[in-house]
Amino acid sequence: MLKIEDLHMRFGGVVACNGFNAEIETGQIVGLIGPNGAGKTTIFNVITGVYKPTAGQILYSPAANEHHQLSGLGPDKIAKLGVCRTFQNIRLFGELSVLENVFIGNHLRVKSDVFSTVFRLPHYLVEEKRMYEKSLYLLEKIGLQDSRDEKASSLPYGMQRRLEIARALATDPKLLLLDEPAAGMNPQETMELIQFIREIKQEFDLTIFLIEHHMDVIMEISEKIYVLDHGLLIAEGDPSEIQQNERVVEAYLGVG
Amino acid sequence: MNEKSKTPVTLIILALTIVGLYLANRFLDAYQIRIINLSGIYVTLGLSMNLINGMTGMFSLGHAGFMAIGAYTVGILTMPVTMKEMNFFMQPIVPFLADVEWGFLPSLFAAGLISVLLGVLIGAPVLRLTDDYLAIATLGFAEIIRVVFTNTQSLTNGALGLKGIPNYTNTWWSWGVALITIWFISFLMKGTYGKAFLAIREDEVAARAMGISLFKHKVMSFAFGCFFAGVAGGLMAGLLGTIDPNMFRITLTFNILLIVVLGGLGKIGGTVVSAVIVTVMMEVLRFLDEAIDLGFVRLKGIPGMRMVVFSIILILVVIVREKGLLQRTKGRELTYAKN
Amino acid sequence: MGDISIFLQHLTNGISLGSLYALIAIGYTMVYGILRLINFAHGDIFMLGVYLTYYGVVYTALPWWIVFLLAPLLTGFVGILLEKTAYKPLRGSARITILISAIGASFLLQNLGIVIFGGRPRAFPVPQTLNHVVKLGGVSINVVTFIIPAVTILLLIGLTYFTTKTKTGLAMRALSKDYETASLMGIDINRIISITFFMGSFLAAIGGILWGSRYPQLMPLMGSMPGLKSFIAAVVGGIGNITGAVIGGFILGLGEIMLVALLPRLSGYRDAFAFILLIIILLVKPSGLMGGIREKV
Ligand SMILES: Nc1ncnc2c1ncn2[C@@H]1O[C@H](COP(=O)(O)OP(=O)(O)O)[C@@H](O)[C@H]1O
Ligand SMILES: [Mg+2]
Repeated sequence: MLKIEDLHMRFGGVVACNGFNAEIETGQIVGLIGPNGAGKTTIFNVITGVYKPTAGQILYSPAANEHHQLSGLGPDKIAKLGVCRTFQNIRLFGELSVLENVFIGNHLRVKSDVFSTVFRLPHYLVEEKRMYEKSLYLLEKIGLQDSRDEKASSLPYGMQRRLEIARALATDPKLLLLDEPAAGMNPQETMELIQFIREIKQEFDLTIFLIEHHMDVIMEISEKIYVLDHGLLIAEGDPSEIQQNERVVEAYLGVG
Repeated sequence: MNEKSKTPVTLIILALTIVGLYLANRFLDAYQIRIINLSGIYVTLGLSMNLINGMTGMFSLGHAGFMAIGAYTVGILTMPVTMKEMNFFMQPIVPFLADVEWGFLPSLFAAGLISVLLGVLIGAPVLRLTDDYLAIATLGFAEIIRVVFTNTQSLTNGALGLKGIPNYTNTWWSWGVALITIWFISFLMKGTYGKAFLAIREDEVAARAMGISLFKHKVMSFAFGCFFAGVAGGLMAGLLGTIDPNMFRITLTFNILLIVVLGGLGKIGGTVVSAVIVTVMMEVLRFLDEAIDLGFVRLKGIPGMRMVVFSIILILVVIVREKGLLQRTKGRELTYAKN
Repeated sequence: MGDISIFLQHLTNGISLGSLYALIAIGYTMVYGILRLINFAHGDIFMLGVYLTYYGVVYTALPWWIVFLLAPLLTGFVGILLEKTAYKPLRGSARITILISAIGASFLLQNLGIVIFGGRPRAFPVPQTLNHVVKLGGVSINVVTFIIPAVTILLLIGLTYFTTKTKTGLAMRALSKDYETASLMGIDINRIISITFFMGSFLAAIGGILWGSRYPQLMPLMGSMPGLKSFIAAVVGGIGNITGAVIGGFILGLGEIMLVALLPRLSGYRDAFAFILLIIILLVKPSGLMGGIREKV
C-alpha cells in the first residue's frame, strides 16, 4: 500500500527526518512512535503533501496495478488518491456545524459542477442526498447524531477527535493516517477508541498508519511498529519485538 | 423541516419587495427613488464582497476596480452612436466600438463577464497570497485599472470620462439584480461548493487535507464576486449617466467593506440589511457635509464629517464585536490564532 | 553634455524621491516586523506631519527649524495614540479584523484632515535656506534635492545604531524575530510597540517635511499614494527588514522618475509602476529582495 524510501526532511538547520524507510501492507494497522519532537508528525505532513520532502520516495499503491509517487503532489491531489488524515492539534472547521464538517469531507468526490449546485439540478440533488445520508451515517457511528447542528468547536475534546476521524472517513480513504487520536482521552474513552478504530478498519476496508503516545494503545492495536528518535528510525518490528528492543527501551520507554 | 418552512417566507418577502417597489415608484420623488436604486446596487456589491472576503476568507480590496470595468463596459456598449461622437472629441473611439449600441441586459451581462475575465486574469496569480498581501495586491489592481482607464483615451475617453450614458437603471433593475444575487449566493452557499469555500475560510490546511483544491475554489469564489461587482458597476453607470476614472477610488471599496463588516462577515441577511442602512445613512448624514436650511437657521456643514462618522463606526464595530468574540473563546484553545 | 546633465538631473530627482519613500517605508517595516500588521494609516500619519509643520510655521512665532523638530515629535505621539486606540484592543484577533480597523483608521485620519484642515490645497512654507537653486557644472539643482538624501542617510545611521546597540533596539529586534519567546523573556511589549509607532511616525513626519519642501502642495489626501508606494517599497525590499525598506524605496523612486524620463509616452502610467513592481515581486520572490520575515507553518 505505502512504501517510503530514504525519506529526508530538513527545515533550515533542523533535520526533522533523516532517512526514514517503511513499508505498509494493505489491510495492516501500523504504529509510529517516538519521543516528542522525534519527527513523527513531520512524516505525516510529508506523506500528505503539506511539505515536499528534501529527498526520498513515497510510493503509494492503492491497487495491485496502480502506483503513485506522492512526493511532489499537493495535499488535495493526495487526498483524492485516497490518503486522508487527522491532525494532532485538532483542525476542524470550528465555526461550522458538526454535520457540515463531515459533509465537506465528501466534497472531493462530487461530480456535479458548481452551476448544477446553484440551480439544484436533479443529478446534483441525488448526489447531495447521498452525501447527507453518508454524513449522517458517519455521525451515528461516532455517536454524534444528536449534536449535528452544534458548532464543531463547542464539542468536548474527545468528541472533536472523533469528528475529525468521521470527516476523514467521508473522503473515502484507502489509507488513513491518525496523528495521536487518543491524546487527551481518559482510559475509558481510549478503550472505546481502540474498538472504534478496529471497527472502521473492517467496515471501510482501511489500511491505518497511526502515531500514538499511549503505549497500551499502540501495543494492543498495531501489527507492526516503527520507532523514531531525533529523525532517525531506531527500530521496527511487531509489538513484542519492540518491547524487548534495548535501544527503544533506552531512548523511549524507559523515559516515558 | 427547516427547508420546507422557509419557502413560504421567501415568497412572502419576494412579494412584499415587489409591492414595495411598485408603491415606491408611484409615490416617492426622484431623490428618494435614487436612494432605493443605490440601496439595491449596494446590496449586490456587499454580497459580492462578502462572498470573497467573508465566506471564502480571502481579503480582496479590488472592488472599485471590478466596478469600474463593469461601469465602463455598460457605458460604452449602451451609449448611442451620436453620443459617442460627442464624448470622444479628443480622440475618436476605437472603430470596433464606434457603431455598437446594445440593450441594457446584454450590456450588463457583458459587464459581469468582462469583469470576471480581467479579474481572474490578474487576480488568479495573487490569490495564493495571505491576507494582507492579497489585500495590498488587489488594491494595487484596482489602482492600475483606474490608471489604465485614465490613459486609454480612445477606449474610455480618459480622464474626461463618459457623459450621457442612457439612464436604464430603475428600481426593477437594481433590485432585480439584488434579488438574483441574494438567490444565487444563498444557493451557492447551500451546496457543496459553498461549503468548501467555508472550509477554506475556516482552515486552509485542513481543507486541502480533505481534498479541496485551494486554487480552484478561490478562483471560483473570486470570479463570482467579480461578476456581481461588474454588474453592479454597470447598474451604477446606468443610474448616474456620467462616469469617470476618479469615481472608482478606494473610498468606494471602503464603503462596501463597511457594509460587509457591519452586516457580518459571511452573513447574507446581515449584508442586505446593512447595505440598505448604510446607503440611507450616507444620504441622511449628508447634512453633516453640506449646509442645510432649517427655515429659521442655516447650519453650515463641514465637508468630510460624514466619512469621519463612518470611519469611527467601522472601528468601533470591529473592536466591540471582537471583544465579545475574544471573551467567548477565552476558555478554549486559541482557534483564532492560526496563521 | 546636455544629455548627461539631464540624466544627472533625473538621477538626483530619483534619489531624492527614493529617499522620501525610504523614510516612510521604514515605519511600515518596523510595525510589520513586530505586529505583522500593515499600518494602513501610516501614509496619513505622514500627511498629518506635514500639516502640523505647516500650522507651526505659519501660525506660530517659532523659528522654522524648531517647528521642523517639534512637529515630528508631536506626530510620533499621534502614532502612539493611533496604536492604543485602533490596534491594541484587537491584539490577538484575526489579521483580517485588525486590517479592517487599520483601513478605518486611515479613512478617519484622511477625513479628519478634510474637516480640520479643509479640502483646499495649501502651499507649504518652504524656508529660504532650503529653497534655492545651485549650479553644478551646468546642472542646476535645488539644494533640497541634496538635503533630502543627506537627512535620510543621517537618520539611517542613527536608526542602525539604535537597533544594534541600545537595549530597547535589541529588544525590538528580538520581538520581531520571535514574539512569543521575547514576551516570555520579560520584554515589556507594550512599551516596545509604543516606541516602534513613535519612531515610525517620527520618521514619516520628517519624510513629510522634506516632501513638502520638494513638492509644496498640501492636501488631506496627499498621504495615501506615497503611503501605498512606500509600503510597496517595504515589500520589495523584504518586509520587516530596515535596509530592505531603504533599498526598496530607492528602487521605486528611481524607477518611477526614470520611467517618466526615458519613456515619456508612458508617463501617465507612473502610478501604476509601483503596483506592477509589487505584483511581480510577490509572485517571483515574496520574501522581498533582501529577505524578510518568514512565517512558521
Ligand atoms: N514547519 C516547520 N518548520 C521548522 N521546524 C519544524 C517544522 N515542523 C516541524 N519542525 C521541527 O521538526 C521536529 C520534529 O517535529 P514533529 O514532527 O512535530 O515531532 P513529533 O510529531 O514527533 O512530536 C521538531 O524539532 C520541530 O520543531
Ligand atoms: Mg507530533
